[in-house]
Formats: sequence, structure tokens, C-alpha cells
Amino acid sequence: MEGLTLSEAEQRYYCDLFSYCDTESTKKVASNGRVLELFRAAQLPNDVVMQIMELCGATRLGYFGRSQFYIALKLVAVAQSGLPLRVESLNTVKDLPLPRFVVSKNEQESRHTALYSSDADNPASYSGVIPPPPGRIQVKKGSVSHDTVQQRTSTDQQESTSPVVSPQQSPPTSPHTWRKHNRHPSGGNNERPLAGPGPFWAPFSEAQPGSSTSSDPIWSGHSPPPHQENWVSFADTPPTSALLAMHPASVQDQTTVRTVASATTTNEIRRQSSSYDDPWKITDEQRQYYVNQFKTIQPDLNGFIPGSAAKEFFTKSKLPILELSHIWELSDFDKDGALTLDEFCAAFHLVVARKNGYDLPEKLPESLMPKLIDLEDSTVIPVISEVGEQTGEVGYSSSPAEAPPSKSPSMPSLNQTWPELNQSSEDTAIVHPVPIRMTPSKIHMQEMELKRTGSDHANPTSPLLVKPPDLPEENKMSSSVKFTPGNTVTDGYSSSDSYTSDPEQIGSTVTRQRSHSGTSPDNTAPPPPPPRPHPSHSRSSSLDMNRSFSVTPGQQQAGVVAYPPAVPPRPQPSQGAGPHVHRPVDAEGLIAHTSTSPQQIPEQPNFADFSQFEAFAVSGVNKEEEDEIETHSEVLQVEKPSDSASSLRVAKADGRVEDKAPANVPTSAAKGTTPLAPPPKPIRRRLKSEDELRPEAEEHTQKTGVIAAVLASQPSIPRSVGKDKKAIQASIRRNKETNTVLARLNSELQQQLKDVLEERISLEVQLEQLRPFSHL
Amino acid sequence: VLVSVICSPPQNYPLYIRSVPTENELKFHYTVHTSLDVVDEKISAMGKALVDQRELYLGLLYPTEDYKVYGYVTNSKVKFVMVVDSSNTALRDNEIRSMFRKLHNSYTDIMCNPFYNPGDRIQSRAFDNMVNSMMMQVC
Repeated sequence: MEGLTLSEAEQRYYCDLFSYCDTESTKKVASNGRVLELFRAAQLPNDVVMQIMELCGATRLGYFGRSQFYIALKLVAVAQSGLPLRVESLNTVKDLPLPRFVVSKNEQESRHTALYSSDADNPASYSGVIPPPPGRIQVKKGSVSHDTVQQRTSTDQQESTSPVVSPQQSPPTSPHTWRKHNRHPSGGNNERPLAGPGPFWAPFSEAQPGSSTSSDPIWSGHSPPPHQENWVSFADTPPTSALLAMHPASVQDQTTVRTVASATTTNEIRRQSSSYDDPWKITDEQRQYYVNQFKTIQPDLNGFIPGSAAKEFFTKSKLPILELSHIWELSDFDKDGALTLDEFCAAFHLVVARKNGYDLPEKLPESLMPKLIDLEDSTVIPVISEVGEQTGEVGYSSSPAEAPPSKSPSMPSLNQTWPELNQSSEDTAIVHPVPIRMTPSKIHMQEMELKRTGSDHANPTSPLLVKPPDLPEENKMSSSVKFTPGNTVTDGYSSSDSYTSDPEQIGSTVTRQRSHSGTSPDNTAPPPPPPRPHPSHSRSSSLDMNRSFSVTPGQQQAGVVAYPPAVPPRPQPSQGAGPHVHRPVDAEGLIAHTSTSPQQIPEQPNFADFSQFEAFAVSGVNKEEEDEIETHSEVLQVEKPSDSASSLRVAKADGRVEDKAPANVPTSAAKGTTPLAPPPKPIRRRLKSEDELRPEAEEHTQKTGVIAAVLASQPSIPRSVGKDKKAIQASIRRNKETNTVLARLNSELQQQLKDVLEERISLEVQLEQLRPFSHL
Repeated sequence: VLVSVICSPPQNYPLYIRSVPTENELKFHYTVHTSLDVVDEKISAMGKALVDQRELYLGLLYPTEDYKVYGYVTNSKVKFVMVVDSSNTALRDNEIRSMFRKLHNSYTDIMCNPFYNPGDRIQSRAFDNMVNSMMMQVC
């Protein structure tokens, strides 16, 4: 067109804008997408924009050359001043303000405004309009991209004070969402309506790689660009269409700026990319931002935001009411009309996502689910969120714990299952999700069952209920055993066991809760590996227990009765749940001990095992429990070859050792030759976490540990150190005691079985005799 | 065949209507509309009777040629009407009651949503899902 005279400020401004739009760094042509976005940010009616484009010659040329771009910008300024668009006005209008490109409520915009305008302007410019050009100019002068970014962030802090734009302050969050957005919708957003941000998406995704390079110049010229995160600005905004249009740009710019801006943001971005798989995950920054927002409405983090306040807050996001309503439905998990911190964060996150173009899910994503704290089974939370053993008290108060769960990748999958687990674990004696590790033995399982049933006190077959006098012992045992479940829980958690371990943890936590020892010790004890679930087995074993209990209802050995059935079959090898299983076995052994012998082994084995396993762990062995069990069984066999009962027990132990049972016997002979092997194996298994090993060792090695200790104590074992030897020997002693007790128990049970069979026979005989009478 | 409608007082315009299958919808709409009169009648007949859950369930409003109409009214006089096929004999009274209860619960959930203005048409996806699943269960 004709010569265009620009003032110096205009020149600079236009140059920056051009660089911003020059995503391909051609220095000649401004990318159409950017330009269009820019024009939309100018908040001019579409026809005006078309007119501008026509006037400047871009339509003629098909692209925006530098001159066309400048002309267009000038025309935008003209249009914004309300003057008719004329070619002549380009040069005739004097003192034309620089064209304003409103970034509707983007953080960037607020930042820009903050940057470019004096602080006094900041509060006033929250409407998102770019501060007056002079301010911009001066800022531009001094602003390098980094500076601007930093200033921006600092101003963001300032802005945070503003009630209206508080949302704008979360610079960190925007990149995440944007980047998410960029990556995610890049393919899918191309079909956006042209009127909306559609066209911008495609160029953005393309331009993204290029934008990073041009981020610096872009940044300085960024004040107009529309890349604002709309979600941030909940203040009144100009057309939301512009807002939407900005999304892509803002997202992109934001991300690029971010990368430029700070390492932290890059970290976030990286994290964002890493969490791309879970687009609904809330990052730390985002979470912090949400929490801050929550505080502005409700200072008490444990309190609720009433529905009206939340409505007001989210209405500022300019999302349609229908979508807000849907978001509310998704996030108000407990349907109480108020938002807890978790719910609020979820809702906010959804709003952000929606503003960035993500479609709202039909169901609340797992990572956004509030940690079901308030649910009846608060043990779930502890299990999930806190690695340490948690008693029910953790419950909701563990809001900090929410962060880790939200971050943990396994959490989401678990969270959803928690409700079911909670109910099931709490309601039924047979805990559905709590698979008891069969490997160590059914005894362990029974122990778990005991604990569980003890918690319910509803299970008639529970040995506890059966024999009240054993209750205190049981409690004691449970307390000692507590460590195991807790350990298991934590172990399971720390070892990122499969989901199945969690139910066990739940069950164990339930039992732990119940235990009188107050559960707090659980937290301190190192987490044992979660018992491997063997659902069928656990069920059957529980049934066995039930049966056994019903058979010998009032007998002293009721608790002990559980053992014989449980002991023999030790079918499956527990992968890592071994220690846990062992522990319960030991616990059960403890029960037997308590019931049959006054000595209180519960504590001892723990310690013994603990140290023993520690020693093992130190050795650096990390192996499946099977080995341990195997070892133990071997040791057992070695220990009591002469004892007939013990041989039976050994057989049981064999069974316990999962499928090693058959092998154990033959290996017993070879046991002496393989003393070294067994000890390391358990250690390896335990090595899941040293902590686990400790408690596991304690419980589990009741019998086996002792045996292993024996083995370990052998000089041939290189790993056993002096103190370990002692611990091992102690554990060996304990295991021996356990063995004897179990052997006794076994014999008693055998006797009982015989008696019962005799009774049955007599009853049958009576029945036969009575039968003829029934015909009368 | 199942049609469920929620109408709100006092104008008794439907807040939500969903029918399965979807043909002859108009007929069901008409049926529901006319049954509202019966509901009103029952409500007025109840007078000052204590309003509890059982009272809320109005039972079979009137059996017509093909289908039965059931009614339920909430404390806030929001009426739920359900039209079921007469041939669907598997539906017992208890089931109808439970369905109304579910409807009522979902309705209260919607009410809890601050973004929902009472009197608006119900556009909640969760509510839709619930109703759909309920109706699928019946058919």
C-alpha cells in the first residue's frame, strides 16, 4: 500500500508483533494463524477484521508480509479508536493509540499488563486490556524475554492479591494445562470451528516447535498476543471467543515462555509431558494454586466451600452453566452441595481443562477423585496415601497425603477401588479384597482372618470369639502381628505391589485399627511386604477356619485348630508376599503359643526376625519369599527330623513353602549342603524394603526365621555377622519354640479329629438305629 | 416400555422426560400430562396426612389399556410420573418404589448442584445415565 509512517513506538510495537507472528522466523511473513489470533484478540468484529485484511493487501497477496502486517495493525488501531477504516486514515490519523489486543483473562495478559504498565495500572487493567501503549513501550524497551517473564511472575504475585484475578496467578499451572492441551488436542482440535479457535490450533501445533525459538522476541511482543489462559482470569472478560482463540496461542506461548522462563517451569513442563498419560493429573503447582484459591474462599483447608460461593467462583470462568453444572456433578463427590478441598481442586482442574479445550469426562477421573477420606473405611487412605502404616485416624485429615496419592501412578487405580474395598473389608468377615498370602501358610491367612474377624467381632468362627480367654492373647498377638499388616501395607505400598496387596493392607489396617495396641505402633514399624493374595486360597482357608472353628467351638485350641488345616497346604509361591505370609504364620504360631504356652513369643519372633532379616537384607539378598519359605521349611525339616509331629509339621511347613512342599522334603537332606542358599533367599525377598524385612523378619521368621537363623548362624554363611548371628540364633530359638508349639497343636488337633470322627460314627450308628422308627 | 417424567409445581411443566423406546413418545407425553391431574387429585386428597416416604409414593395412578402409570411426589411437590407397559408384569410394586427412590435421590443430587436453578430443565448427564440404566433394567 502507500507509504506507512509509523511513530517510533508504533514501529517498535509492530515489529514485536510481527516477530511474534513470525513463527517461522522468516522475517518476511507473519504466520496467518498468529495474525488471525492477534486480530481476534483485538476484539474487533469479524467483518472489520476482514476489512482490515483486505485493506492491507493480505487478501490480495495471500499472506501477511511485513508491510501488510504493519498496515493491518495500524488499521486495527484505527478500528479500535472507532475511526472508519480507510486507507487514508493510516497516515492521516495522528496520535493513534497502539492497537490493543485484549487477552481476555489470561495470565499472560495480566502479566503483560503488569509488566508493561506501572503497578498502578495493574489493578485497573485486570479486565485484560493491554495497558496503554506507552506503558507497553517502556516495558518493551527494557524488557527482555526473561525479564518480562520474571516480572510477569512477580507481578502475578501482586496480582494474586487482587480478588478478581486471583485465578490468574497460577502461571505454573497454565503451562501444564497448556502443554497438555497442546499436545493433546493438537490433533483433535483441528476440527474446531473456524470461527473459534479452530484455525489457531493447527498453526499452533505446528508453530509450537518454532515458537520456542522465537519465544524471546515473541515474548516481548507478547502483550497483545492472546495467549491467555482463560481459566486463570475469572474476571469479566471481553468476548469469550477471543478467549478461546487465545487458548492455543496462549498455551503455546505459555509453554514456550515457560521453557524460557525458568527451569522450574520446564520441570513442570517436563513433568507435564511425563504425566501426559494422565491428563487429569494435578501437578504440584496446580494443586498449590488451587489450594490458594480455596483459601481465598474458605480459609480453613479442612472446611467446605458452600455451593453458592463455589458457583460464584466458577461462574467467573465463563464456562457455560451446563458445563459448570456437569463439572460440579463430577467433582462433588459426596453430593453434599459443598466442596471440600479435594473436590474443589478437582472442580478447578476440570474447569481449567475445559477452558483449554479438553472435553469433560463422563466420570470423574481417578486422579481427581477425592481421597475417600470420609468414607467409612478410613484405613484406605492411610494405606494409599501414607506409606507408613496408617490407622483409621489418618482419614481425611491427611490432606497433605493427598498430594502423594495424586502423584502416585498407582493411586488412581487404587482410589476407585477403595470404596468397594472399604465396604467389603469392613462389612464382611471374609474380607473380599484382602487376599491372604497363602504362601507362608494358611496359618498366616488364618491370622489375617483372625485379625479381620477380630475387628468385626462378627465372625463367629473367629478364633477370638470362639475362645474369649484367648482374646487378650489374640489381641496381643494381633498387636504383635500388627506390625506385619502394617508392614505389609507399607511394604506393599512401597514395593508398589499389585493392587491386590492393597486390599490386604486394607484388611490389615482394619485389623490394625481394631487392635488394642492403638495402631500407632503400626506406623512406626517398617512396612512388611503385602501378603500376596491368593483369593481362592484365602477363601478356602477362611472356610477351613470356619469349619475348624465350628468343629471345635469351645476348645482351647480353637485358635490353634486353625493351624492344622492351614498349615499343610502351602500352595502357591508368594511373590514377595512371602514375608508377610510368614509373618502371619508366625503370628498364628504365636497364637498357638499363647494358647498353649504361656511364653509370649509374639514380640520375640518379631525382633528376632527383624534383626535376622535385617541381616539378611544387609546381605543384599533380594529374593522371593519362596526361597525364604523354602529355606525355612528346609530348616524346619532339619531342625526336627525326629519329631513325628514335627515331621508332620515339617510337611506342613513344606506345604507352607508353597510348591516347595514336595521339594522341601528331598531338599531337607540336602539342606545341610545348602545352608548358604536359604538364608540369602529370604533376605532377597525381604529386600523389598529393609523396613519390611525387619517386621517381616520378626513375624515371619517365627519358625522359619529361627531356622534360617540357624542356617545363617552357620559359619558357612558368609553374611551373618556377629550381631546378626545372635539375632538369628534368637530367631532360631523362637522358631523352634514355635515349632514345638505347633507340633503339639498338631497332635492335639489330630486327637480332636479322631474324637470327632468317633462321635460322628456313633451318631451315624444312632441314626441308623432310629431310622426304622421314623417310618412309624 | 418405560417413560419417566419429572414435573415441577406449580405449573406442572415437565423438567425431564425420558422414554424408552423412543417411538410413540408423544403418546406417552400426553399420558403423563393427563396423569398429572390424578396426581394432583391424590395430593389434595392426602390433605394434612403426614408426608413421609411411603406417602410420597402414590402408587398406581390408573391403569389404561396398555400401560400403568405410577406416581410419586416429593416433599417439595415435585412430581415423578412413570409409565410402564402393562405387559411388563415382572415389575413389582417394590421395584417401582425403588425406581422412584433412585429418581428422587438423583433429583436431590441435581438440586445440590449450585449451578442448577430449580425450574430449569434437567440436563445433567449423571441424571441421564441413571435414568437410562434404570430403564434398561426394566426393558
